[in-house]
Amino acid sequence: MAGALPMLLGAFAACAAVALMTRGAGGAAHGLHRAALAGVLALGAWILFDGLVLHGLAADPDLEQLARGQIAGRMIARLWPVWAALALTFAVSLWYRRRLGLYGKLFDSPIGMIGFALVMFWVFTALFADLIATHDAIAQISGMRNAPPGTALPDSGARGAFFLLGGDSQARDVFSRMVMGARDVLAIAPAATTFAFMVGITLGLPAGYYGGRLDAVLTFVANLVLAFPVILLFYLLVTPDIVATGLPMWMAAVLFLFPVIFLCVLWNSRFANEPGRRNLLVGVTLVAGLWIYSGLAFNADPLGLWGMSPNMLNVFVAVVFVNAPTVFRITRGLTLDLRSRDYVAAGQTRGERPVYLMLWEILPNARGPLIVDFCLRIGYTTILLGTLGFFGLGVSPESPDWGSTINQGRQLLTVHPHIAIAPAAALMSLVLGLNLLADGLREESLRD
Amino acid sequence: MSDRPDTPILEIDNLSISFFTRAGEIPAVTDFSARVMPGQALGLVGESGCGKSTVALGVMRDLGGSGRITAGRIRFRGRDIAAMSEAELRGIRGAEIAMIYQEPMASLNPAMTVGRQLAEVPMLHERASRRDAMDRARAMLADVRLPDPDRILRAYPHQLSGGQQQRIVIAMALMARPALLILDEPTTALDVTVEAGIIRLIRELGRRHGTAMLFISHNLGLIRETCERICVMYAGEAVEEGTVAQVFAAMRHPYTQALFRAIPLPGTDKNARPLKAIPGNFPLPHERPQGCNFGPRCDHFRAGLCDLRPVPMEPVARSDGHATRCLRHREIDWSAGADAGPGRAPAPAGEVVLEARGLGKVYEVAGGPLSRGGKRVVRANEALSFTAREGETLAVVGESGCGKSTLARVLMGLETASAGEVYLDDRAIGDVPVQRRHRRTVAQMQMVFQNPFDTLNPAMTVGRQILRALEVFGIGADAAQRRARMLELLDLVKLPRAFAGRMPRQLSGGQKQRVGIARAFAGNARVVIADEPVSALDVSVQAAVTDLLMEIQRAQRTTLIVISHDLSLVRYLADRVAVMYLGHIVEIGPTAAVFAPPYHPYTQALLSAVPIADPGVEKTEIVLDGEIPSAMEPPPGCPFQTRCPRKSDVPDNRCERELPALRTMGDGHEVRCHLAEEHLRAMTPVFRAAASG
Amino acid sequence: MPGFVIRRLGTMLLTALCLTFIVFALTNMQPRLETLAKTQGSARMSDAEVQSWLAREGFDRPMLERYGEWLGVVPGWTREQADGTLRGRCIDRAGDAAAGTRCGVLQGYWGSSTRFNAEVGAVIGARLGATGMLMLWVVIVMVPSALAIGVLAGMREGSRTDRSLSTVSIVSTATPEYVSGVIFIALFASSTFGLSPLLREWGLMEANTLFLGNARSAMDRITFWNFTLPVMTIAMYGMGYIARMTRASMAEVMTQQYIRTARLKGASFPAVVLRHALRNALIAPFTVIMLQFPWLLNGVVIVEVLFSYPGFGWALVEGASNNDIELLLACSVVAVIVVLATQLISDIGYAWLNPRIRVG
Repeated sequence: MAGALPMLLGAFAACAAVALMTRGAGGAAHGLHRAALAGVLALGAWILFDGLVLHGLAADPDLEQLARGQIAGRMIARLWPVWAALALTFAVSLWYRRRLGLYGKLFDSPIGMIGFALVMFWVFTALFADLIATHDAIAQISGMRNAPPGTALPDSGARGAFFLLGGDSQARDVFSRMVMGARDVLAIAPAATTFAFMVGITLGLPAGYYGGRLDAVLTFVANLVLAFPVILLFYLLVTPDIVATGLPMWMAAVLFLFPVIFLCVLWNSRFANEPGRRNLLVGVTLVAGLWIYSGLAFNADPLGLWGMSPNMLNVFVAVVFVNAPTVFRITRGLTLDLRSRDYVAAGQTRGERPVYLMLWEILPNARGPLIVDFCLRIGYTTILLGTLGFFGLGVSPESPDWGSTINQGRQLLTVHPHIAIAPAAALMSLVLGLNLLADGLREESLRD
Repeated sequence: MSDRPDTPILEIDNLSISFFTRAGEIPAVTDFSARVMPGQALGLVGESGCGKSTVALGVMRDLGGSGRITAGRIRFRGRDIAAMSEAELRGIRGAEIAMIYQEPMASLNPAMTVGRQLAEVPMLHERASRRDAMDRARAMLADVRLPDPDRILRAYPHQLSGGQQQRIVIAMALMARPALLILDEPTTALDVTVEAGIIRLIRELGRRHGTAMLFISHNLGLIRETCERICVMYAGEAVEEGTVAQVFAAMRHPYTQALFRAIPLPGTDKNARPLKAIPGNFPLPHERPQGCNFGPRCDHFRAGLCDLRPVPMEPVARSDGHATRCLRHREIDWSAGADAGPGRAPAPAGEVVLEARGLGKVYEVAGGPLSRGGKRVVRANEALSFTAREGETLAVVGESGCGKSTLARVLMGLETASAGEVYLDDRAIGDVPVQRRHRRTVAQMQMVFQNPFDTLNPAMTVGRQILRALEVFGIGADAAQRRARMLELLDLVKLPRAFAGRMPRQLSGGQKQRVGIARAFAGNARVVIADEPVSALDVSVQAAVTDLLMEIQRAQRTTLIVISHDLSLVRYLADRVAVMYLGHIVEIGPTAAVFAPPYHPYTQALLSAVPIADPGVEKTEIVLDGEIPSAMEPPPGCPFQTRCPRKSDVPDNRCERELPALRTMGDGHEVRCHLAEEHLRAMTPVFRAAASG
Repeated sequence: MPGFVIRRLGTMLLTALCLTFIVFALTNMQPRLETLAKTQGSARMSDAEVQSWLAREGFDRPMLERYGEWLGVVPGWTREQADGTLRGRCIDRAGDAAAGTRCGVLQGYWGSSTRFNAEVGAVIGARLGATGMLMLWVVIVMVPSALAIGVLAGMREGSRTDRSLSTVSIVSTATPEYVSGVIFIALFASSTFGLSPLLREWGLMEANTLFLGNARSAMDRITFWNFTLPVMTIAMYGMGYIARMTRASMAEVMTQQYIRTARLKGASFPAVVLRHALRNALIAPFTVIMLQFPWLLNGVVIVEVLFSYPGFGWALVEGASNNDIELLLACSVVAVIVVLATQLISDIGYAWLNPRIRVG
C-alpha cells in the first residue's frame, strides 16, 4: 500500500490539474469534484496506512531508516519515467481529443480519466520496470529478511541504497518485486483477454445469429465450463503433471487457431467480390498468423521470435478457457438483439451471406458493450492470475507476480504486513483503474 | 372548487424554457403565451422537437434536473406554478391537473394491478380508504366503457390491449375530477379504429365533466375534431393561434399553410394536385436562424425584413383572438394556390410484374419458457392473391397484426410461403429464400424499411452502404465505376454528394430514409416494397419522401408496393389498394373504387376513423367496438365478424360459419363479404362536402 | 411449469455427467496417479512399486470402466491379493459379501477420500455444513446492504449520494478476496500492526487482537470476533457487483414513463420510490444475486484457505493438491448442483417477481 498510494495520489493530482486546465467552468467543477473525491479517498487510505502500519514499525537502531515522507518521496522520484510518460500521454490526448473518437471522448469523463491514468500508470511502470526497480527482483540480500520499509542496505554506506518498501521473507526487495510484477501481469492479462474475446466472439456470433441446435450445443458447453469451480479447474489444469501430458498444448492449438480463422473469415466475407484484395489480405493473415501460432502454441517458431514457456502457456490457456464462455454469452446476447434490426434485414434482402451480416453488420454495432466488457475483463483476468498465484499454481516460486507475492506474504501477515500489502494494493489499484475506465467508456458511449 | 367561466384556468405568459447540458443552454421553448378557459380545449400542434411537450411538462413543473423556466409565468387558477412549494405542487398534480401520455403501456406500472394504480389517486388526494377508492375506480372504469370492471381491476397492464390500457390511463387521469387535462399525443401509438374510439371517449368525457384540455398532437385532423382553439408551434415558438375555425379556414402564417399543403387531404391527388413538401430541414435548437425561425424554409421570405430581429406575435385584423407571428401576414395573398407545377398525366400501368396466387404463411410459435402448452400456430397470411403491374403502386392497408409485414417478408424471401405461389415475371419465387435467389432476382426486388433510425448500419458511412449494395448486385466493372454510380444514386434521392462520407447518426430521419431509398434502387430494382416508408417521419418530411418515391417510380417505371396503415397517404399515392384484416384480403381494387361505396364494412370503418383536417369535409362516424382478435385464435367464419356493425344484416349467422368469398363488384373491385348485393349498393360515401362551405 | 423443471433437471444431470467425466479424466491421468501413489505409499517408491500399488488399488483398468464403477452402473472391481485376501471397491466398504455388486453414486456411495481417510459422503457433508454457516452470514450481510446501496444510489442518478456510493461499490468490486482478506487481517487481526495495538494502548481492549485472523474456532462456536473478517471479505467483493447492478436497474426504472405518471399523480418522492420503483428495480438484480452464488464459491475457497476455516472450499483445495479423486468428483457434483439450482431458482423467482411473464 505504501508503494501504490503516493503514486495514486500523484495520478489524482495530475487528473485534477488536467481537469481544471482543460474544461469550461461547469465541467471543471464537475471534474474537480470527482478528482477531489478520489483524492480524498486516496489521502484517507494513505493516512490510515501511514498511521496504522508505518506507525507500528519501531526503528531498528542498527540500520539506517528512512522516515515515512522520505520513502514516499524516493518512490515518486524513482517513478519519474512513468510521470513523464503519463504527462505526455495526457497532453497529446487532450490536445487531439476531438479527433480521437471514443478514446478522445474518454477525456470528457472524469471517471474515465482517472481510470485511464491508473491503468496507464501500471502500463508505463511495466514498460520502464528496468529503470524503476531499485534492485534485482529475485536477488536475496543478506540481513534484509523481513526488513521494514525504508531500511538501508547493510553495506550501502554513503550511497544510500534502501529497500523502499522493505524486504520479504527471502530478503528480496518488495518495491522492485512489485514493479517487476506489473510486467508479468500486464504481459498476460490483456493478451489472454484478447484471445478469450476472439474465441467468444467467433462462437457467440453464429450461436446468436442462427439459434437452434447450434446455439443449444454451444450454450451447453459454455455453461459446462462456467459450472466448473474456477479453482478446481486451475488445480486440474495448471500443474506440471498436466504440462507433461501435453494437454495444454493441444488446448492452445485449438484456442489460438480462433484469431487466425476469425481474421480470414472477416476478410473473405468483406472482399469476396474483389478476389485480388481478398487473396492478399487472407494470405498475409495466414502467413503471419500461422507463424505466430506455431511459436505460441507449439513453441516451434522457425525464426525463434515467438515463444512461450510451457508454464506460461499453461496459465495462459487456463485463463482464456475460463474467460471465453462469458464473452460467448455476452456476444450471443448482443447478436440476438441486433439481428432483428432493419439494417440486418436490408442486408438479407440484398442476399448477403450470414457470415458477412455477422461480421460486418452486427459485430461493429456490438463493439461498444464489447469494449467496455473488454476493460472489465482484463481486470477480472488480473484477479484470476492473482488467484493462481495465491494458490501457488503455474508460476515459479521466485516469480514476482502479485498473486504469488501476496501468497508468500500472507504467512507472516500478522507480523510483517508490508510484504503482502504492497502487491495487494498494486493489484487493487490496477483493477480499480480498469473498472473506472470501463465505467467512463460506458458513460461516454451511451452519451453518443 | 368551481371556476368562473370568464377567468382562465391556465394562463401562460411569455414562457421560455431551456435545458442545461454539458453542451450549454438549449432553448426548448421561447416566448410562448396561451390561455385555456374552463371547459375549453386548446390544441397544440407542431412537428417533433417544436417544444409542445416541453410546454406540457412546464405546466406540470416536471422538467427534470436539467430543465428550467428562464422567463415568463405559468399561472394555474391564478397561482404561479413556479412559486409553489413541493407539497403544494403534489396537491395539484393528479388532483387539479392530470396528464395522459403517448405510450399507454409505458405509462402504467407493469408490476402493479390496474386497480391499485387507479385507487392510488383518491387515496393520495382525498385520503379515501382503500375500499372507497376501489369502488370509485370500478365506477370510473364503467365511465371509460371498459367491460367487466372487476376483472380489469385485478389485471396487470400487460394483460390488456393497447386501447384498454389507454382507457385505464384516461380513467386514472379523471379519477380526481381535474380542472385541466393535458393530453400528450394520446393516440399516436394506437391503431386508427382504436384511436377513433378513444377520441370519441375523450370528447364525451370532456363535455360531461366540463374539463379544460390541453391537447398536444402532430395531427391536424385530430385537433380539428377535438379542440375549439388551436396553437401552431414551430421551433420552440407559437407561430399562429386562433379558433379552429379561424386557423383552418383562414390561416395567416406561412408555416401553417405549408403544413396543410404537405398532408394528404381527401382532395389531393398525386397527379392533379400533388402535395407540396416544405423545403429544407427543421432547425436544431442551437442552429435557429436570426429573425423568423421559419424564414429559411418560407416561400414568402424577404431578406432584410424577416431575418433581422425576433418576430412578435401580432393580432390578425378582423379576426378576434387570432394571432400570428409573421411580419408579412398582411401582404401575402393567402388564397393563392400552391404553385406545385402543372398536374401530371397519370402513368399507364404496364405488364404484370409480380403476382401472388393463394399465398399463405403459417408460423409455429414456441410457448414461453414457463408456459405449459407446446407450439402454437399463427396464421399470418391466408390465401392472398393479387397482381402488381409495371409502373403501378399497389398499397396494402391494414392495422397492426393484419399480416401486412409478413407479406412483405415473404415477397422478399426473408420467409418462404407455406402455401400458394409468388411469381416475379414468370419465375416462381414463393418458396425460394433470398439466399438461394438469383442475384438478378434479388437486385430487381428491393425493400425500403419503416424505421429511419434502424434502416442504416450505424457503424458504416452512407457511401459505403450504397457501394456495398452495388458490389453485391455486381453493378459497375470496378471500384471507380461503382463510386460514380453511388454518387449518381445520391443525386437521384436529392442528397448532396458530400453525404457519402457521413455516418448515419449525422443525418436526419428524412435523409436516412432517402439513403435507404437510394440503396433499394442501387440494382435498378423493378419492384420496391416500401414498409410504412414515411410513418416515422414528420409531416413536412413525409411529403418530400413520398414525392421522391413517386418521382423515381415515374422515371424508372418501378412497381411500388406500399405497406401502410395511413389511409390518407394510401388514397393519395396508390393506384390500387388491398385492405387486409387478420391475414385476409377483405377488399381489393382500384383506389377510387375502394374508397367509394360499396365498401367492405371494415374499409368503411377504417375510412371513417381517419381524422380529417379539412373543414370542407364531413364524414359519417362509425366507431368499431372491441379489439382486433389475435392471429393465434382467429374467429371462425369471416375474420371481421367479431367487430362488424353490419353482421345482423346477414341472415342465418352465416358470418360466424363461413368465410365469405371475394365477390367482384366490377372493374377489378372485389369485396370479401356476405352482405347482400342491395345492402352493399345502398352504402353512402363516408366523406361528403360539408353543408356550409 | 413441471415440464420446465424436468427439462432443467435433465440439463443438470447431463452437465453433472459431463463435468464429472472431465474431472475423472483429468484426475486419472497417468502422472497424477503416480503422484497419488507416491503420496499414499511412500515418496521414494520405484516405478515398479508404483505400478503394483496402482494395480492393488484398482487403478490399472480402463478409465471408462472405472468411471462406470464410480457411477454405480458397473459392478465394483474385485481382485485377489498376493496374500490371498479379496480386495475390491465394494468389499472395502461392505465386506466380502459385496463382491461383484455395484456400489457407486447411484447406490449412494460416493467413494472414499484418500486425503481424509474417510467416506467422501461424510467428509463433504460435514464440510458443506460448515460452509453453509459461512454462506448464510455472507448472504445476510451482503444482500441487504448491496440492495440498499444500489437503491439509494440509483434513485437520484448523478446526485452526491449516488457518486459517493458508486465510488464505494466500484472500489469493492476491484478488491478480490485475497486482497481484502490480507488488508483486513493486517488492519484488524495483527497484534503488532493496525488497529489492535492502538486499541490496547488506549485501553479500550483487553484481548490481543480485535478480530481473529483464524476462523478455525468458528467450527465450535461462531462469534462476532472469529467470523466477522471471513464474512466481510467474501461479502465485500460480491456486494459491489450487486450494488452496481441494482443501481443501474434502479436508475433505469426511475427514467421510465410510469414513474413520471406516479409523480404527476401527486405521489411524494418516497412513495414513488417505495411503491412504484422498488419492485420493478429489483427484478434484474434478483437474477444477478442468484447467479452470484456459484461464483461466491470461489470466494469461499479463497477465504477458507486464508482463514483456515475447514469448510467445503478448504476441502476442495486439500483434495485438489493431493489428487483425491473421489473427493474432487463429489466436489464437482456439488458445484454443478449449486450452479444449476441457482439458475432454476433465478428463473422461477424472476417469473414470480415479474408479472409480465407469469404463467397464466
